[in-house]
Amino acid sequence: MTTSPETVPSPLAPAPAQPSGAALRSGGGLLRYIVVRFLLIFPTIFILVTVVFFLMRSTGDPITAAQGGRLPPAELAKRIHEAGYDRPLILQYFSYLGQIAHGDFGTTFSDHQKVTTVLLTYGGATLELAFYALIVAFIVGIPLGMLAAYLRDRWGDAVLRVLSILFYATPVFFSGLLLQLTFSIGLGWLPVAGRADTTTELEMQTLQHPTGIYIIDAFRTGDPDAVPDVLKHAVLPGIALGLLTAGVFLRLVRTNVIGTFNTQYIDAARSRGVREYRLVTRHAYKPALIPIITVIGLQIAMLLGGAVLTETTFEWKGLGFELNQYLEARDFVAVQGIVALLAVIVAVVNFIVDIIAALIDPRVRY
Amino acid sequence: MKRSILGRVPVVAQLRQSVGVQRFMLSTGVIITGIYVLVAIFAPLIAPYSYGQLKGPGGNFGSQQAPSAAHLWGTTVGGYDVLSRTIFGARTALVAIVIAIILSLFIGVLLGLFSGYFGGPVDRVLVVICDAIYAFPTLLLAIVISIAISGGSSSFWSGVFSAAFSITVVYIPQYFRVVRAEVVRIKVESFVESARMIGAGDLRIIFRHVLRNSIRTLPLIITLNATDAFETLAGLGFLGFGIEPSSAAEWGYDLQKALSDVTSGIWWTALFPGLAIVLLALGISLMGESLNDLADPRLRRRGAAAEVTEADAQEVLA
Repeated sequence: MTTSPETVPSPLAPAPAQPSGAALRSGGGLLRYIVVRFLLIFPTIFILVTVVFFLMRSTGDPITAAQGGRLPPAELAKRIHEAGYDRPLILQYFSYLGQIAHGDFGTTFSDHQKVTTVLLTYGGATLELAFYALIVAFIVGIPLGMLAAYLRDRWGDAVLRVLSILFYATPVFFSGLLLQLTFSIGLGWLPVAGRADTTTELEMQTLQHPTGIYIIDAFRTGDPDAVPDVLKHAVLPGIALGLLTAGVFLRLVRTNVIGTFNTQYIDAARSRGVREYRLVTRHAYKPALIPIITVIGLQIAMLLGGAVLTETTFEWKGLGFELNQYLEARDFVAVQGIVALLAVIVAVVNFIVDIIAALIDPRVRY
Repeated sequence: MKRSILGRVPVVAQLRQSVGVQRFMLSTGVIITGIYVLVAIFAPLIAPYSYGQLKGPGGNFGSQQAPSAAHLWGTTVGGYDVLSRTIFGARTALVAIVIAIILSLFIGVLLGLFSGYFGGPVDRVLVVICDAIYAFPTLLLAIVISIAISGGSSSFWSGVFSAAFSITVVYIPQYFRVVRAEVVRIKVESFVESARMIGAGDLRIIFRHVLRNSIRTLPLIITLNATDAFETLAGLGFLGFGIEPSSAAEWGYDLQKALSDVTSGIWWTALFPGLAIVLLALGISLMGESLNDLADPRLRRRGAAAEVTEADAQEVLA
């Protein structure tokens, strides 16, 4: 699915998406790397947009999909003609590429909004959710990974590794349901769904230029109850989505800390009498954290996929929730637009992450 | 030492190699996965009712019935027996897994072999395409493919194929990258060179010499591929692209229907199909991780050597 454990890195799996090509392999400076890596964004976006376009259109035009059967055939044909969906597919494809080059991802069919507007309105919510999820992933994944490395090949390690598998292999909609059953229905501690109470949402609507990121908007209302309310709503979705990534981090930190354990500088430290605990927490973990930067890039894709499911489970009105609404309305123009836009976001984020990784670890550049 | 034929079967060989905790994890994974395979095959014999059955001898099952003697795990909001649907769900999941693995393994490995061996501009283009698809969220691709295949509504086969195809599209790059990297490394080695010397053709070299040496790391990817396949199926089901309950039982679809039950405190409709997903994922992942560790010298620990290091570690701690 979704919870793509394919992004689980392993020492044997290939290094995460690295640009290839003669120019890169021959070395060169950081600037050269950045330029080449930047140029690679465009074929990536082009390929994904092309794939999405032809897949979406292979079933026919979006107007028939949304309205078919509900409109008289003549009216349907007229609308299809007006929207240009009766032109040869290849012409439509090139005009679609032209649109995208101008930053126009189309207008939704069901509620006539620009896809870019949908992104601006709901993107903040998804960003906020991904941010909470990353916090959970760091807090849970990294210490537990270090603990597993410290206990390596003992039963505690086995338990932690099973835990890591459970984290990343549990579909987020199931962990979400379990969390709701336990903490909202059973114990009544936290709200079942939504991003804030109605009163808080009404307060935030009075703000000028709301950011859509509720935690910031909540601060701006000046209401002392608003911030705790927003945070309370964020706990369960944040945990549900965060544990997914936490499982990946746990596994990755464990593997890498164990890997650095076999290096000579750790032997040197050990022979100086540094305790095992201190070896893990001080000496071995830093080089083990570098791969995490690269993995975060891949996690963005996983978080976006997971966000669709998390947002649906918790009625968190973000981009994923909207996407699902459009799917239910069979508004395939919107679906195609949102997916294409997400392709651009994924490509750009991966570019940024690769550059950061190159700045931190010079080995990546060559 | 001569290896028996049994010792060459992938998982069996690793089971023999492993010790201690690792062996425990590997064998647990194998057992869990094996149970699912058996349940899937013998589902009609095990399940008390059929997956699409709404009535028994005593009339309709009724909606959202709590677990009882007649319905051990209760009934769903649609009036189906949860236990039976959970059992039959294993079938749907396994079919999706098998199709996804066969398709992506076959295409990915072949592409990787030829692309890596012959190189050239086609190879470079394939690498860029694979990198592009590799980073894209699986579920979004699955949604798009599901729309392309079935327009969003699903019978058994269109539902299974939507999940299987999208996983295939995402996994071809994975097999491709791994196999290609190995082929590029292997093709310059002397045994390939000498095969060419004695006049072996490209095809013969690829399939007889390069292939065998370039698929060592595949078991891990296959297990990830398997988990992703049925979880994507469940994800699609959860988003309403599910297989109709009259066509087959699918865990994700049942979980979607259970979403509204949760607020009224009905737990059995969500818990059992969910646990079925988690347990199968756990079984397959345990297998995959253990196989991976056994193949990685950095993580492998064996017999006597492990004992010594263990003792060392204790000493340092003391």
